[in-house]
Amino acid sequence: MRQPPGTLARYTTVARLNHWITAALLILLALSGMALFHPSLFFLTNLFGGGSYTRAIHPWFGTVLLLSFVLLFIRFARHNLWERDDTRWIGSIRSVLANDEEHAPEVGRYNAGQKLVFWSMTLLILMLFASGIVVWDTYFFPYSTIGQKRFAQLVHSVAAVAIIGIWIVHVYAALWVRGSVQAMTRGVVSAGWSWRHHRKWLRETAHHRATGE
Amino acid sequence: MADFQSLDVLRRSASTETTPQIRAHPEVAKLIDVSRCIGCKACQAACMEWNDLRDDVGYFEGSYNNPGDLDPSTWTLMRFTEWEDPKGNLEWLIRKDGCMHCAEPGCLEACPSPGAIVQYANGIVDFISENCIGCGYCVKGCPFNIPRISQADHKAYKCTLCSDRVAVGMEPACVKACPTGAILFGTKSDMTAWAGERVEDLKSRGFDEAGLYDPAGVGGTHVMYVLHHADTPSIYAGLPDQPSISPVVQAWKGVMKPIAMAGLAFTAVVGFVHWMVAGPNEVQPEDEARGRDVLNEKQP
Repeated sequence: MRQPPGTLARYTTVARLNHWITAALLILLALSGMALFHPSLFFLTNLFGGGSYTRAIHPWFGTVLLLSFVLLFIRFARHNLWERDDTRWIGSIRSVLANDEEHAPEVGRYNAGQKLVFWSMTLLILMLFASGIVVWDTYFFPYSTIGQKRFAQLVHSVAAVAIIGIWIVHVYAALWVRGSVQAMTRGVVSAGWSWRHHRKWLRETAHHRATGE
Repeated sequence: MADFQSLDVLRRSASTETTPQIRAHPEVAKLIDVSRCIGCKACQAACMEWNDLRDDVGYFEGSYNNPGDLDPSTWTLMRFTEWEDPKGNLEWLIRKDGCMHCAEPGCLEACPSPGAIVQYANGIVDFISENCIGCGYCVKGCPFNIPRISQADHKAYKCTLCSDRVAVGMEPACVKACPTGAILFGTKSDMTAWAGERVEDLKSRGFDEAGLYDPAGVGGTHVMYVLHHADTPSIYAGLPDQPSISPVVQAWKGVMKPIAMAGLAFTAVVGFVHWMVAGPNEVQPEDEARGRDVLNEKQP
């Protein structure tokens, strides 16, 4: 891909597509799930063709999301391993939130906040899929007791609320840190953005370029 | 809609509207006197006939229970138990199983679809099939394991207490068919009073623990049993000793809903306030200059 001068490639086209398919499914799941969670939001079932269709399609959204997220996980997991600097970065979270990152440790491809979002999403998606299977009565009714189904339903709703909360944090952070959204839409970020937010990653990328990789 | 008028609805699933209170309704109840039941299954046949339901022919599995369990087409079922009392005497316990029509119905509590489950002011809990979405939450809400989801249409079914018959002043089909008077139907107060006489009679015949099953944990029921061993209901094919809506269901359908909504709203508000206070984190011209320096190998 030809990219403008002074920019760095951050996400390949396939990675971006993978991300947005997952994102779309997460939103569809949140809307259809909230519709069945709270009576005040039951009207959202109209988006999916009524209550029965919502009930029927929600677990299929979940299945496709899981498959899509597995690919995303394979793509991103190795960049999200926790390092000592991440803990130090969390220690200076106050200045980061005040838009002053100079006093925080230099950040690689992902900062500690992004890593926490990644691992929270991973854990919650696994919980949601496992508990979701238990209450997917159309295919899996005979394989669990009613007591287990009740428990799974509670786990499913708690995890769902948690993942929507994480999603709000993820979206807000992308909007707050200017120049981040284009990483996932166009795939590139500016050198200034990289210097400001992911300095270690910028140095590594520059080094790779210089050594011809 | 159902066979009753909207004036007769006391509770409606997943709805916040106040239900009509203007009319005075006597509560009804079906009383099943286990001590007078002979296990003839006339009630089961009458239920099939009136509701026009025909289950598939199943297989004999070594039990008088036929079919083996409640299902979408079997809304009432005689359950047979061979039980030995502490003295070693065999008793054949026969219980007509089906919806208990709880005063505080767990199914209705759990149901997410507005108006798919209603409770009429006379106490009958009814599934309004046209509103049912087949999610199975009622199955999780019920303390008695009664609702069954049909694989044919993905809707939940159970005993209606013949709400269509009761609405026009008739007794439920099972009551009409019972040849021994083991099933009675009337106002809840009349049935409770009659049960009291039966319990006295049973006690005089040596069943010291005889009593009425009208469990308080679900606010009482509109199907009640006279049991000769009311101290241990569970010997009657697993009738719950102290039924109540599971705390797990109560957490999911009770405290969880407002906490979840408030929590998510709070998260969004925190984001907004942060934006107001700190503002966007923007790349500055000097960041751009230094970033380009690094890219061009002029290490700062």
